[in-house]
Amino acid sequence: MSNRSLDLKSQEEMLKKERKANNAWNKLKRNKTAMIGLVIVVIMTLMALFSPLIAPSDPNELSLSEVHLKPGEKGHIFGTDEYGRDLFSRIIYGSRISIIVAVGGTIVGGIIGILLGLIAGFKGGIVDSIIMRLMDGMFAFPFVLLSIVLMTVLGSGTKNLILAIGIANVPSYARIVRGQVHVVKNEEYCNAVRALGASDNRLLFSHILPNIISPIIVYATLNVAGAIISEASLSFLGLGIKPPTASWGNILRAGKDCLNTAPHVATISGLFILITVLGFNLLGDGIRDVLDPKMKR
Amino acid sequence: MIKTILQRILQLIPILFIVSTIVFVLTRIIPGDPAVTMLGPQAPVEAVEELREELGLNKSIGEQYILYLKNVLKGDFGKSYAYNEPVTKLIFERFPNTLILTAISLILAIIIAIPIGIISATKQYSIFDYVSMIGALVGVSMPIFWLGLMLVLVFSVNLSWLPSIGMGSLENGIWDYVSHLILPSVCLATIPAATFARITRSSMLDIIKQDYIKSLRSKGLKERIVIWKHALKNALPPIITVIGLQISTSLSGAILTETIFGWPGMGRMIVDAIENRDYALIQGTVLFIAFLFVFINLIVDIIYLYVNPKINYEGKKGGE
Repeated sequence: MSNRSLDLKSQEEMLKKERKANNAWNKLKRNKTAMIGLVIVVIMTLMALFSPLIAPSDPNELSLSEVHLKPGEKGHIFGTDEYGRDLFSRIIYGSRISIIVAVGGTIVGGIIGILLGLIAGFKGGIVDSIIMRLMDGMFAFPFVLLSIVLMTVLGSGTKNLILAIGIANVPSYARIVRGQVHVVKNEEYCNAVRALGASDNRLLFSHILPNIISPIIVYATLNVAGAIISEASLSFLGLGIKPPTASWGNILRAGKDCLNTAPHVATISGLFILITVLGFNLLGDGIRDVLDPKMKR
Repeated sequence: MIKTILQRILQLIPILFIVSTIVFVLTRIIPGDPAVTMLGPQAPVEAVEELREELGLNKSIGEQYILYLKNVLKGDFGKSYAYNEPVTKLIFERFPNTLILTAISLILAIIIAIPIGIISATKQYSIFDYVSMIGALVGVSMPIFWLGLMLVLVFSVNLSWLPSIGMGSLENGIWDYVSHLILPSVCLATIPAATFARITRSSMLDIIKQDYIKSLRSKGLKERIVIWKHALKNALPPIITVIGLQISTSLSGAILTETIFGWPGMGRMIVDAIENRDYALIQGTVLFIAFLFVFINLIVDIIYLYVNPKINYEGKKGGE
C-alpha cells in the first residue's frame, strides 16, 4: 500500500517536471535568440516608460549655438540635431511614441480583426462572405499604400497614426482568426459547450478564443515589429508624427536633409529602429517555435 | 487545372469591384474640396462652382459613384491637375520605371539569396550558416528607407562612387543607366533577399532529410547533382510562393525607395500626388496598384498550382 502511494507520488512529481519542461515560458527560456529578442524588447520598453528619468535633457530644448554637434561633443552622447537639441534625449523620448504607436496599432488592428474573424468564422454564410470579401478588398492594397491613404484621410498625429496602422492590419487578423474558428467550431468540446446551453458569446469568447489564441499571439508579436517600421515609414514620408514631437521616424526624416553635414542623426535613429524591430522579430520567431512547432520555418 | 484557374479568375470580379469601392470611399473622405485645392484658396466662388460642376462634384454621391465605376470600366481615371495630363497617361509613363526597379531588385535577391540558402542548408550549423542567417534576420528587420540613406551616405557622399538621386538615361551611355540603378535596387533587394535565404534554407533542410535523397546519394550520385538538381527541385514550391508574395511587398517597398532615390516611378508619384492633394491622380494610381496586386496574386496562385505536385493532379508529376 505504502509502496503504491510512493509510486503515485513519484509519478506525480515526474509529471510535474515534464509539465514544467513543456511549459511555454520554460521552452522559450531555452531559445537563445528569443531571449536576445526579449532583452531588446524589455530594454526598449523600459526606455519608453522611464524616458523622463533616463533622458539627460529636455528633448525639445533648443540651443542654436550647438547645432549638429558630433556624438560625444560637449557631453551630448549622440550629438545634437539641426536645432541643437540633444539627440540622445530625443531618441529616448522617440522610443515612447514609436512603441506606443506600434503597440497601439497592433492592439487596435488585433481587436477589430479578431472580432470580425470570430463573427465571420462563426456565423458563416452571407455574413462571412461580406466580411471576408471586404477583407480581400483591403488585402489588395499594399500595406504602405493603404496606411498612406488612411493617414491622408485622417490627418497626422499620434491617435490617427495608431488608427491607420491598426485598420491597415485588420484583414490579416481577420483571416487568421476566421480560419482557426472554422477548424475548431465543430470540435467535440464546442458541441459539448453548446449542449450545455451556453450562449454563442460565451462559446466564442470563453471557449473558442482561448483555443485559437496561439497563432494570434505569434502574429501580434511580429506585427509590432512591422508597426514600428510603419510608424517610421509614415513619419519619414511626413505623414505620421509631426515635429517637434520626437519619433524615430521623424528624427530620421530630419536626418535625411542633413546627411552630408550631420550623418549621425540619420544613422543613430535608424539603428534604434533596426534593433527594436529585430528584437520583436526574434521574440516573435521564438514564440512561434514554442507555441506552434508546425509553423516553424 | 483549367477549371480551377477559371474559378480564380471569376473570383476576381467581386474583389475588383470591392477594391474600386474602397478607393472611391477613401478618396471622397480625404478632407478638403478638390475644386478649391486646384484653384487655390483665393479663387472666386463662381470659378470654384464651375469647376465643381465640371468635375461632377455637385452630383449626388450615388451618381458620382456610378459615374466613377463607368469611368473605371472604360479605363478613364480623369485628369491630374498638377500635371494637367490624363492620369492614365502618367501611369503608363511612370509604371515602367517602377517595374524595372522592382524586377531588377527581385532578380538580384534571387541570384544572391537562393545559393546562400542552399549552402546554409547543406552546411547546417557551420560558420557560413550562422553568419548568413544572422544577416538574413537583420535583413528582414531592416527599415529600407534607412538602409537607402546609409547606402547614399557611404557610396555617394563619402566615396562618390555612385549617384544618389534620379534615373540615368541610356542616351548618356550604359554606365549612366546602370549606376543610377545600383543603389535603389540593392536597397529594395534587401528584404526579399533575406526572406528568400531563410525560406530556401528551411525548405532545403526539410528535403535533404528525406529518404529519397539518401538513396540518391547511396546510388553514388555526385553530391552537387543531388543537392542542386534533385533536392532543389523538390524544395522549390514554398520558395516560389514566397517569391510571389514578395513581388507585392517589393512593389510597396518601391514607394519608399523611390522617394529616397528620387526615382521617377509610381511610388514617388503617389507620394507627390498626396502632398499636392491631386485627387484624380491619387485615385487613379491607388486603384491601378491595387488592381495590379490582385492580378499578381492570381498569377502567383496559378504558378503555385503548376509547381506544386500535391495540388496539381492533372499536370506532369513533380519530382522524379
